Amino acid sequence: MLSVRHLSISFTMYDVGLRRKDLMVISDLSLSIEAGEIAAVVGASGSGKSLLAHAVLGILPRNATARGELMFKNEPLTPTRQAALRGREIALIPQSVSFLDPLMRVGAQARRAAQLGGHGSAAAEAQRRAFARYGLASAVERLYPFQVSGGMARRVLTALATVGRADLIIADEPTPGLHPAAVAETLGHLRELADQGRAVMLITHDLEAALEVADKIAVFYAGNTVEVANRADFTSRGAAGLRHPYTRALLCALPQNEFVAVPGAQPPADALPPGCLYAPRCQWATAECRAARPTLRPLTNGYVRCVHAEVLVGRPACNYPSTTRSHTQVSRC
Amino acid sequence: MLSAHRLWFRYTANRPWILRDCSLTVPAGAVIGLWGDSGLGKTTLARLLAGYVKPSAGEVTLDGRALPARGFCPVQMVFQHPELAVNPRWRIHAILDEAYHPSQVLMEALSIEPGWLDRWPHELSGGELQRIAVARALHPATRFLLADEMTSMLDANTQAQLWQVVLSHARRHNLGVLAISHHQPLLERLCDTVIHLSDTGAATAPSQPGERG
Repeated sequence: MLSVRHLSISFTMYDVGLRRKDLMVISDLSLSIEAGEIAAVVGASGSGKSLLAHAVLGILPRNATARGELMFKNEPLTPTRQAALRGREIALIPQSVSFLDPLMRVGAQARRAAQLGGHGSAAAEAQRRAFARYGLASAVERLYPFQVSGGMARRVLTALATVGRADLIIADEPTPGLHPAAVAETLGHLRELADQGRAVMLITHDLEAALEVADKIAVFYAGNTVEVANRADFTSRGAAGLRHPYTRALLCALPQNEFVAVPGAQPPADALPPGCLYAPRCQWATAECRAARPTLRPLTNGYVRCVHAEVLVGRPACNYPSTTRSHTQVSRC
Repeated sequence: MLSAHRLWFRYTANRPWILRDCSLTVPAGAVIGLWGDSGLGKTTLARLLAGYVKPSAGEVTLDGRALPARGFCPVQMVFQHPELAVNPRWRIHAILDEAYHPSQVLMEALSIEPGWLDRWPHELSGGELQRIAVARALHPATRFLLADEMTSMLDANTQAQLWQVVLSHARRHNLGVLAISHHQPLLERLCDTVIHLSDTGAATAPSQPGERG
């Protein structure tokens, strides 16, 4: 459905006075998503997750230049094609209701989206069906975006994105701030969309959420895809199938696992190391890693950008799942 | 110890109660978790404890006395969205300097790069800016830290990194910590005691925190 290969994005910025500089914030992202599949894009803030979504939709700011290959349904995604497809065949579930028109009732916005999505005169009917599907009472149609909150906002946004006939749904950070039941409901809706034959891109910093529903997980670090793994690589005991040290570190850092962190921070776009971008923090780094940037290559039914991957695969990533501390008492009020 | 005594709170007399008869105690050196659904008043409780708002009834005490009305507040709060907790028109060094000069050790533990200090808040990522907010809150005069969804916008590695720094600082300086989160595994990992805030009324903490593991 969607294939992204060697995407790079750079911004032209003013440095001092009229001197301009180019800042490459994404240097090499690759990812493909098939129909019926949820592909999660996982990484720290600043790793390029949201920019990927904006590049696919063709809504990058004007001072940004994207290079590389973007294919949708086996045809290149040109700016003209992106303008024709977005909102129709490619839909975004944004992070919050602040992405909606604040002065328009949500029902009316859904009907407009249904019209654009090809329902034409049956738009009202499609809107009612979508709202009913997500458990939104008909009174919700008359609310303004600021009046819906929390879990209901997620349902409104999901209804808006799915009221049309989009084949690719991009969900940008759908889980933060929601209580566990609402998180489960939101992820369940994404799974259902994939099971209907749509392709879903789930952008999140929340690895646990990704592991709940995604078929495959692409891990981004400092504007690079460092690994594309299958869900089973994470959930099998010890997660020995994981290929990249950063992916392994993310899994071990979860509080229900070892809660250990790799020291250091992601390198800034204007001071990237010459070799592997993760080398300065990596316990496996050697002179070879620091000399040249590794390429993304296939390995055991996934992809990895690490020269030591063969040594890692087969070793347990961490005590997973480990026992949690037992002294916690939960008291009700 | 930081205590909330039978707090009631609503914004105005004709609005519904957000907190009703809520009592809670954070002993010095303890890590207490606060868990509950959205909209039950977890953040409001923290804002009352830090002195950002005054309770409609009841009182907040620090070692038996009211919070100081002026000067540095020994109860500091770290918020979910650091970009809303800093002045967007100040460079990072000014944001830190307003509070104090964090030690080199703390800066390195938080992996704050020297190059960030000359930047503006919008030039840092959420994870980078939250490190600044944590460094600022760990002022030497801070006695209690209220972490309201401090790491819910961050990746697992940055989350573990920030919490390890906070926990070790708390142990060394006998800081009391209140951790507010939706994420139960995180609270189970961090806390001596987890308080479940329910919608039927108030939170009450057990008087004895459990043993640290």
